[in-house]
This record gives sequence, C-alpha cells and structure tokens, in this order.
Amino acid sequence: MGSNPSYPRTKRQIYEARQRRRANLIGGLSTAAVLMAIVLLVPLAPGWAAVKRVFFNGEVFAKTFPGLLNAFLLDIAIFLWCAPLIAVLGLALAIARDLRTPALTPLRLAAVGFIDVFRGLPVILVIYLIGFGIPGLGLPRPWNSPYLWGSLALILVYAAYVAEVIRSGIESVHDSQRNAALSLGLSGSDVMRFVVLPQAIRRVVPANMNLFIALQKDVALLSFIGPVEIFRQAGVYKSLYANFTPYLGAALIFLAITIPATRYADHLMNRQRKARS
Amino acid sequence: MTLVLENVQKAFGDVPVLRGIDLTIVPGQMICLIGASGSGKSTLLRCMNLLEPIDDGRILLDGVEISEPGHDPQPVRQRIGMVFQSYNLFPHMTAVENVMLAPRRVHGQSRAALRPRVEPLFARFGLADRMEHYPDQLSGGQQQRVAIIRALAMRPEIMLFDEITSALDPELVGEVLDVLRHLRGEGMTMVLATHEMGFARELADTVCFLDQGRILEAGPPSQIFETPQEARTRAFLSRVL
Amino acid sequence: MKFLTTTAIVLTLAGGAQAQNDCAAGQTLRDGTLTIATGNPAFFPWVIDDAPQSGEGFEAAVAYAVAQEMGFSPEQVEWVRASFDQSIQPGAKDFDFNLQQFSITEEREQVVDFSDPYYTSAMAVLTTQKVVDSGIEPSVASLKGLLWGADANTTAVPMLTDLIGPDKQPMLYGDNVDVTAAMQAGQIDAALFDLPTALYLAAVVVEGGTILGQFPADRSENPDQFGLLFEDGNPLKDCVNAALANLKDSGKLAEIEAEWLQQATSVPVIE
Repeated sequence: MGSNPSYPRTKRQIYEARQRRRANLIGGLSTAAVLMAIVLLVPLAPGWAAVKRVFFNGEVFAKTFPGLLNAFLLDIAIFLWCAPLIAVLGLALAIARDLRTPALTPLRLAAVGFIDVFRGLPVILVIYLIGFGIPGLGLPRPWNSPYLWGSLALILVYAAYVAEVIRSGIESVHDSQRNAALSLGLSGSDVMRFVVLPQAIRRVVPANMNLFIALQKDVALLSFIGPVEIFRQAGVYKSLYANFTPYLGAALIFLAITIPATRYADHLMNRQRKARS
Repeated sequence: MTLVLENVQKAFGDVPVLRGIDLTIVPGQMICLIGASGSGKSTLLRCMNLLEPIDDGRILLDGVEISEPGHDPQPVRQRIGMVFQSYNLFPHMTAVENVMLAPRRVHGQSRAALRPRVEPLFARFGLADRMEHYPDQLSGGQQQRVAIIRALAMRPEIMLFDEITSALDPELVGEVLDVLRHLRGEGMTMVLATHEMGFARELADTVCFLDQGRILEAGPPSQIFETPQEARTRAFLSRVL
Repeated sequence: MKFLTTTAIVLTLAGGAQAQNDCAAGQTLRDGTLTIATGNPAFFPWVIDDAPQSGEGFEAAVAYAVAQEMGFSPEQVEWVRASFDQSIQPGAKDFDFNLQQFSITEEREQVVDFSDPYYTSAMAVLTTQKVVDSGIEPSVASLKGLLWGADANTTAVPMLTDLIGPDKQPMLYGDNVDVTAAMQAGQIDAALFDLPTALYLAAVVVEGGTILGQFPADRSENPDQFGLLFEDGNPLKDCVNAALANLKDSGKLAEIEAEWLQQATSVPVIE
C-alpha cells in the first residue's frame, strides 16, 4: 500500500523537508558553538573566580533558596489579591473613559485624568507616596498597613494600564457591531455590556496577560515600604553573606513563573492572529 | 403603521448626501430603492432607523415626529428592524443567542419562553440545524438569513434591508431573496436598497430611483423599468440591465 | 641600600611635606593619595552634614586619624562614595578602604577584608513616645509583641531575631530614612539600630522619637563591631591595623569617640 500521508510525496514537499532539515542542523550547530564558547571562554576571564564566588555560590544558594521560596509566597499572595481588583477597576475606568452621555462628562474627565496621572508615574514613586504618605496622615492600625496602601498603589497604576488596553479593545470593535445592536432596539448600556465588551475583552486577553506578568514582577517593589517579600529577603541574605547569589535564586524563581506565562500569552496572541486572518 | 419622510436632508461635513427626500410608506407596502453607489440609498435607510440624525426635514411614525432631536430612538428601533449588507452578526454568540439577545434584554423574556418562538423561524428559513452554530461556522447566505431572523424576532412593523445580497457569492443570493419573497407573501412592510433589478421588478409595489440625494423618479416597477421618464434613470438602467 | 632608594623615590613622588610610612608606600590605589569611601549620603553622627572632608563626625575623624598614622596629610586624603553593594561586587575597587558602619561578620569576611574593629556598638531600640505611653517596658518580653522594623542591609536584622525574637515578621527597609518614615506613619512600633544612629534619629529625625533602651555590646554573641572594609586581599590592611592599634594605645580613638559620639550611659539597659 505504502501511502503514508506524512511521507513527502510531491517534489515541493521533498524540497521543503530537505530545507527544513538543513535549517535545523545549522541552527543546532551554531547554538552549540556559541554555548561552548561561553562555557569554555568565560571561566578563562581573570575575574571569573571572584564573580563565581559572589554570584554563583552554590553553598549560599543552597542555604538561601528555601527562605527565598518561602518569601515568594508573599509575592504570590499580593499578586492574587491585587489582580482581580485591577481587572475590575481597569474595566470600570475603560467604560468611564468611553462615556458619551454629556451628563456623565465629569466622570469621563475624572477617568481620563486618573489614567494620565497613573500611567505617567513610575510605580515605585506611587508606592512611596501612597504607602508612606496616606498612613502618615494618622490612620490607626490596621488601616495604615503597608500591605493595604502598597497594594492600592499597584492597583491604581496597573488599573490605568489595563484600562487603556481594554479601551483599545473597545475601539477595535467595528462600529457596524454597535449599529446592528442599536438597530435591534437595545439600550446603549446593553450594547456595551452584551455586544462590545465581550468582543473587546476577548481581543485584549493576551495584552492584559503581559501586563499581569509585569505586575507579578512589580510586586517586589512593595518591599520598599516594609513587606519582606522575595526581593527584600534576597537583599537581607546578600547583606548577611556579602554575596549576590540570593538575587540569582530570586531571579530563577521569578523566571519559573514568568517564562511559562509569557509563552502562554504569546501562544494566545498567535492563535488570535491566525483566527482573524 | 405609517412612516412618512418630509424633505429629509443630510450632509456629511460639506458633502450633501440627502437633498430633500419625500416618501410615504404604508402597511404592507414594499418599496425598492435603486440607484448608483453613493446616491444616498444606504444613508436614507440609516436615517429611518435613527442611526444617523437628519439635518433638516421630518420623519413621522404614525404622526409622531421621531426625527426630532432628543427623541428617544430606542422604542422607534424596536418597531423598525434593519438588516445590513455585512450581516453584522455578533461573533461571540451562537446563531440562536444572536436572535434571542434583543427580545431578552428589551422585552425581558426568558430563553425558555423565547425558544419555542424562534425555533419555527429558523425552521422556516432552513436553518433548524444551524441554531447552535457560531457565525464563523456559517456561510454568508446562512449568516444573512440569521440576521434577518434576528431582526424579525423583535416583531418589527417595518423592515429595512440595506443591500443585503451585495456581499454574497452569486450562488448564495437566491436563498436570501427567497426569504424576502416569503416575507412579502406574509405582507411584511419592507424598504429595500438593492441592486437586484429583476427582484425589484418582480416584487416591489413602488420603485424609487435615487440620484445625487434626491428621488428623481418613483412609480410602479412597470413604469420605472419600461417607461422611465428621466434621462438619468434611463442611463442608469441601461448600465445595470 | 635598595630600601633607601625606594623610600627616596616615594618621597620624590609624594612631593609633600609628609611621607607615607613604610607599609603604606606603593600600596594605595594612587601613590601619595589615600582614597577613602563612605556612604551616599553619610549620616550623622558618623559624618556631619554629609561632608567627610571636613573631618567632622566620628568616622570622618577616625579616617583622618588613621591617615595621619599612615603618613598621609589631610590634603592627601581623597573621598569617594561607594555603597555596600558596590563594595562586595567582584572587580577592582575605586577606594583604598571604605567606612560606613560596616559590621564585621564571618560571612562577609569570605568576600571582603575588614580591619580590626574601630568601634563596638550597643544596639538600641528606637520608638516613639506614643508607644512608650501605651505601656511598653524595656524588657524583652514586652518588646516581643511590637511590630518591628529595621534597615535590611544591616546586622540589625539577625540581631533582632537573636536579641528579641519578635512575634510578628519584622518590616525591612532600604535605609534609615524609610525606617523612620514607616515609624512616623505608625506602620511599625520600634526599630533596632546601633546606639549612635538611634540617638541621632530619636533626637532629630523622628517626631516624638525616643530610645526605649539598649542592648550592651557584650549581650550579643556577635557584638556589632565596625571595621574598615577592604577589597579582598588588599595588602594595605596590615598597615591600617597597625595605625588603628596606635590610635587605641595612645587613647586617641577614645578621644575621638568621646568628642563625636554621645555618652549613652543614661539609656536604660533592656532586661
């Protein structure tokens, strides 16, 4: 019989298979060559012994890694309570930014101002100002907690970003969809809720995923106002052991979360691009 | 239900699109709007549905001036259905959800109550087995038929069709026109902007020839197609027939 | 003979009124100049007004005294700024030694070199009058229940665990200023500092700040001893240690300490 469907049959298929094999071979060889060069040449550098001791110290790594992992739980917790609030506030801001009713102009302007301000400021600045500033007004415990106000700072900044992303999604929904919904006699808010937003939000899922990956990293900034999360814990170890290896451990823990998440976001983005073309 | 247009005018910026349209639509009537692209057919339909505000003149629905600025368009649109050239189905909903959305939200009817009502519509237009499909799983002709069902589900008193076969592959045009024939047979009041001259000739009560934002000539199909009075009408027909 | 020649060359090169003593000659970053690093900013009472070149403040005064012992005139001393991180980073350093209250620890000694200690500090509890009024007493049992803060880069962090063992996880900050900001905001009740720093912060920086008590240096298994920091293997270290020994023997170091660091005998000892 011999009609294996995956077996190259046409001239073109045979040609392309050969090209592919060649590309893979060249790619593999050149990658191996570069890696070999790094592995062989870097240790020859005169400062390598010192760098290795201070940045790649196995003993320090083993001693500090469990503590870092434990501190990372705080990062995850902060992320988990911030993320849903960011989504809700970002959506509300995006909708407010898009209001067309004249009576609600103040709300729209407030949303525009909010987004401009919080997108324009470095996150760390907002964390300092809100995290130390508002509790400094004399709030009693627990309402002056750095967790509370630091999280709020993250929420405000990231909601502004998410709002802009969602708004770009809203604008990407073609006017003909709005018209079709209006022509059925739906109210403006129903058009937004049932027709525009579901499409808009679906389109911006990958972009928002990238924002939330960035959020997971920026949670570390909360350490500046007291919480001992992974970045601060690494700093304590660094100071204790006079060694930067704990930062390497922290970096690895972050990457273990962010690389798969980034890959997944890319995958979603590709799928969407294919679906649309 | 009577829809009356008096001296309707509309411009986009400095470009006049409608320059004084007078038209009366009575129950059971079928009016076909013909004319070159850019003659104002589409804009006229969109004005009737209040998707575009008019600059001057009046539109009266049963004697009420619905074109008045500030008049709530929502109840008007519930009485006037519209179908578009590009179908405009909601891509994130199945066919049957597309159809049920407006009755659910506007009339507050439940899905359970609506299903027995919309199922016969799907069946009548040959889509009984396509109710749970998403728009991108349907052909153009099927999508356009769902769009018509979606408008009909609101039980409108008048239907506006904006070149609804223009985006279809030729072999799919027939199935959509069959739906219109069907509606005509049921006595639905309809206004169509169309390039299907044969269809207009076969079914319309009145054919209006639009030219540069005016109704240059109107009358029964026999008159417009066989003995057009205006030179520009003759020139247009000679190009398309 | 050769020894004499070398000295002569160095003397010529230095060109100044003063000559480095033998062990310092040719060992500094730049011949004839002693480059000393401190923090950015440098804090009271270690350096007054963040101006180490004035020689005012405990560490500034110690630096010039050490320089003099080594045979450098004040004009031959040059100041640079370098953080702790820059000091432990591998690679060439731009200072001969660095002093900014670096505590000597065994772990740190594996990466950098420290001189013999030039100061041994008690640790003190900085808090606010409000906390004291709420009935907190200078006893370890009473202190356990407080919300604690500390500068994350200092040995106050391990000491906090050793000396007090707070019930709740302490809050840690990047520098003194942030610790006091958090205290001012009521986010922490108390913070652990070396005694001179604590005295300064209580008197000047923290509104309503006060020192609840101190842990004398001998209370800790690893008392907080400050050393001058060198790049690992810097040959200047022996020379500096000799200078420090001279200053200790002559009573000069104690004099400087008395001049710049407040006597803290009035601060109660924590039970």
